[in-house]
Amino acid sequence: MNQVIWVVLLPFVGSVVCLLAHRKAVFALGMAASLGTLIVSVGLVAHVWEHASARVELGGWATPLGIALHLDGLSALFLLLTAVVGVLVGIQAGSYFAQSPELRAMGSRFWPLWLLLWGGLNGVYLCSDVFNAYVLLEISTLAAVGLTILSGSTASLVAGLRYLLAAMFGSFMYLLGVALIYAGTGQLDFLLLSRGVTPQVHTLTAFGLMVFGLLIKSALLPFHFWLPPAHSSAPAPVSAVLSALVVKASFFLLLKIWFVVFESISGGTPGGMPSQLLGILGSLAVFWGSFQAVRQSRLKLLIAYSTVGQLGYLFLIFPILASPDFQGHEALAWGGTIFHLFSHGLAKASLFLAAGCLLQAMGTDDLHAMRDIAGRLPVITFSLGVAGVSLMGLPPSAGFVAKWMLLRAVLASGQWWWAPVIVLGGLLTAAYVFKILAHTFVPSEGEALRLNSVPLVMTLVPLALAILCVLMGFRADEVIALLPAVPHFGTGKNGWEMP
Amino acid sequence: MSTFSIYSLAAILLVGLGVYGLFTRQHLLRKVMALNVIAGGIFLLLISTAYRNQDLFPDPVPQAMVLTGIVVAISATGFALALVRSIHRRMAESETDPSQDSWDQP
Repeated sequence: MNQVIWVVLLPFVGSVVCLLAHRKAVFALGMAASLGTLIVSVGLVAHVWEHASARVELGGWATPLGIALHLDGLSALFLLLTAVVGVLVGIQAGSYFAQSPELRAMGSRFWPLWLLLWGGLNGVYLCSDVFNAYVLLEISTLAAVGLTILSGSTASLVAGLRYLLAAMFGSFMYLLGVALIYAGTGQLDFLLLSRGVTPQVHTLTAFGLMVFGLLIKSALLPFHFWLPPAHSSAPAPVSAVLSALVVKASFFLLLKIWFVVFESISGGTPGGMPSQLLGILGSLAVFWGSFQAVRQSRLKLLIAYSTVGQLGYLFLIFPILASPDFQGHEALAWGGTIFHLFSHGLAKASLFLAAGCLLQAMGTDDLHAMRDIAGRLPVITFSLGVAGVSLMGLPPSAGFVAKWMLLRAVLASGQWWWAPVIVLGGLLTAAYVFKILAHTFVPSEGEALRLNSVPLVMTLVPLALAILCVLMGFRADEVIALLPAVPHFGTGKNGWEMP
Repeated sequence: MSTFSIYSLAAILLVGLGVYGLFTRQHLLRKVMALNVIAGGIFLLLISTAYRNQDLFPDPVPQAMVLTGIVVAISATGFALALVRSIHRRMAESETDPSQDSWDQP
């Protein structure tokens, strides 16, 4: 089971090699590291499929002293999503950053940072103690801010600093929680903590601080202020990675903190206030993010606000699983949430990459300039449409499967009041997707906009991502089957024991 | 009042000061400093934990955590300062007041 370490080590080594390598070799080396990571990730998913979870202690040191990596169904799925999006974005980046000397210089800075980010994300999915989670989350944050300011424009610098300050504050609140919990229990490991945590003042404070810090980093509604400018001012491949993957790493950690470490606190108060509050904030995020998206007139900002809205759905899992009469339906809630996370990751990466192609072709991402684009750039428009269909949640896309499962989970938990959120959120999503598509079909008046040529690879990658997203909807059974491959995932009692 | 409670109260006070500074100060440099005050408070709390948990000799785990934490905080601070400097330069070029926070600009 020692190949677990390679999924973290390979991107880090690749990052250092890309930093030192000659500018012409960077793309080949970066792609080699990406493909290697993809192969290892797929191998790990297969391992989880066959053997459930695995645990590796690095260097043979036992847990209080050493660092352990913990692989289970949830981390395997996150590894897979990161690897698939990562390799496709890498292919896109190869041709995106090859177009002018200026972009080529940017590309040689892109690869070291992106591989560093990838290694950090994989580390977050695999780490098994609260402190290393902090360190790896910080590595990913620093790399993500570095990628945000890649273009060096004033707007991106300001957005990057705002992102960095918000993320640093979130990390410090999380670290303060770690300090309190260590002072109280003398433990850092997820599993050891989950046994030792009792509802006392310092544990409750630590729980609150850690959740608060992670909510800032995963941009849930009142803390989303840093996301739209950062995600919209970065170069297209970077925006795709930030929206599809980076915010979800903090959400992954939140799931672990909530359902593993503090299972006895968060699960001990059925239908309790904290989980209802997260559900309400998530619902507000769905409405506010989608409403803001409808109002935008720039394509990249629209897609960035759509991320704020779509992230809101993820937080419905907290009130659903807190319901007392919900025994036996956990798989439905987990399946819906993870499926939504996957479909949003693929669809959003596709949308941002397609937006990058449009920006390149038109020289602007103003929606009103997109006249007659559907006829002249059919492949890109088709990708926008297919990815949009999945975001809206129309069958047969993955987005439909996700929303259908979430809707059934909500009804099974007896909390019908979340159902209108899911349905109305889909309607608002349809409003902004159709707003994009409507502009592409408007015939041009007078002289048509002169379009720059876009390399073929750049138009095909968003299409591939969008089609993957739809195919996942056809193959829903297999993906859902991987989740229960983790025995009793999320029920706390049996799913997280040491192997 | 035990030594541990004095240190931990001082730590909480530092974190509180830092949070207050982060939200009330407009100048970007002061915001970065406020974050460092928060970090200082957290590190003080961790170090005082090392003293409390063991009677005979200090617990090495929090000390290792503080060392790692300082490295992370230094890198993030260095990065933030470099960003603040380039933003100030841009603002000076475009002749806006560089001392003011640029939060509400796109």
